[in-house]
Amino acid sequence: MTTIAARLQRLDLQRSVIYLGFLAIFLFFAITLHGDGFLTSRNLTNIVLQTAPATIMAIGLVFALSAGEIDLSFGSVVAVSALSAAVAMQSYPMAVGVLAGLGAGALIGAINGVLVAYLRLPSFLVTLATMGLFAGIARSMTDLRSIPVLNDTFTGIFGSGSLFSVPSLVIWTVVAVAIGHIVYRNTRFGAHVLATGDNARAAQVSGIKVPRIRLGVLMLCGTMAGLAGLLYAGRLQAAKYTLGESDLMTVIAAVIVGGTALNGGKGSIIGALLGSLLMGMLNNGLILMGLDVSDQMIVRGLIILIAVAVSLRDASR
Amino acid sequence: MNKSDPVLSLTNIHKAFGGVVAIENFSLDLKAGEIVALVGDNGAGKSTLVKIISGVHKPTTGEIRLDGEAVSFSDASSARSRGIEVVYQDLALADQQPVYMNMFLGRELTKPPFGLLDKKRMRRDCQQLVDELDVRIPSATSTIRDLSGGQRQGIAIARATHWASKLVLLDEPTAALGVAETAKVEKLVASLKEKNLAILIISHSLDQVFRLSDRICVLRRGQQIGVRETAQTDKNEIVSMITGVSGSA
Repeated sequence: MTTIAARLQRLDLQRSVIYLGFLAIFLFFAITLHGDGFLTSRNLTNIVLQTAPATIMAIGLVFALSAGEIDLSFGSVVAVSALSAAVAMQSYPMAVGVLAGLGAGALIGAINGVLVAYLRLPSFLVTLATMGLFAGIARSMTDLRSIPVLNDTFTGIFGSGSLFSVPSLVIWTVVAVAIGHIVYRNTRFGAHVLATGDNARAAQVSGIKVPRIRLGVLMLCGTMAGLAGLLYAGRLQAAKYTLGESDLMTVIAAVIVGGTALNGGKGSIIGALLGSLLMGMLNNGLILMGLDVSDQMIVRGLIILIAVAVSLRDASR
Repeated sequence: MNKSDPVLSLTNIHKAFGGVVAIENFSLDLKAGEIVALVGDNGAGKSTLVKIISGVHKPTTGEIRLDGEAVSFSDASSARSRGIEVVYQDLALADQQPVYMNMFLGRELTKPPFGLLDKKRMRRDCQQLVDELDVRIPSATSTIRDLSGGQRQGIAIARATHWASKLVLLDEPTAALGVAETAKVEKLVASLKEKNLAILIISHSLDQVFRLSDRICVLRRGQQIGVRETAQTDKNEIVSMITGVSGSA
């Protein structure tokens, strides 16, 4: 009993904003869209499936932001890694494709990381530049052509398959969130990431290898975006340069709404998952409401603005 | 080891940055259970000396001995691994993290089999430590940001004493504190003597130096002016040593 009371006391408002917001929007859609199939298990599963790549990217971004860095390039990484995997699988087995996709992500993350950690360039500018650079490379890789992914094992594991009738994208989401949460909360790496973002000098004089942490989080971001690229390629059974293009705002919004501080030292993987589901739910609900694309964009932008304002206002208390 | 042997022994330490001499011929012995105050005006070289002892800077020439053994620290980590801890003026605390994570910052405890953080043990050890040193905080899980200046200073000092086996360097431990909090921190520093640690404290407050220290070492423009037994000197002598102006009343 006492531990529950203590836990409740520690649960500050800021942490609960995401839960309350999530619940409020869910209830709103559940009531207003009752007749339009919002609450059907098929539709709810769809939301999780659609948000899987964004959730995976959000996990990487929580680490980067918590360490006081940012990654803007992950959208471009998605396209490059999906195309790398698709091209590789045209002539090699699936494993090579997977390695190519994840490797491309890790490599771009490493480029970002080295520039940020060892040349001390601001991550905002570095990743802004690599975002453009790799968006261009993604376009030139296949001359803007879409590459089909015909490997059934691949599309099963990374897309439409299921295990014990649980869709594989749900499994990816759950496993990634669980591992991400444990690493973030319960490992020395996670603690060092938070300390670095909170007070880099304190971390450094405490013996934490700060540059290595900065390199690590940006490589993690790249690798997670690479995985997101594989999930897109698996679900759509094709890779194209446009993949990930529109994810930048969604993922950043998901992470911030989920309680991760923009300037480091504080964050939540579970919050990022809820943030990502919230974005997916908004998307889904607004379509079901019959709003056209421009109205959807306006409403989504306004809701994100409100959500971000609430979480940030609360954080500055 | 003989109890009166110095823990730390500095001999003819000399430090120059390019052509600028920061420390000239500095020699000092520190014994276990002794508090030595380092005083001097701004720019006298106090901070440089702390950085040399804590491994941040290497002396240009001169010798550092720890328990009689000549040592050369490549960085702050190597000095720390030999039992030397520093309480920095800015405290080096991560404000948004809980007290216990700061206590174990960079040296987190883990448990088998997966090497995950042993938060339970860190919380318990931390609580025990702050209780033992009478640092009054709401809980080991409190966030640093929610603590007062004195409490933060208490945490920083508790952390240093927890990890130091030989020497604690305190850089202006009460500069930002009020009267009551200063008294509390001074009590804490004085209690460290019983732990048989050698303590080197930098302070601008001569009242504090006279309350706490066993000996006083004066620096002026990088030169060691002298070392006095606190019981056998007075403020006038120390002030004239600091300023170089003799003939005060």
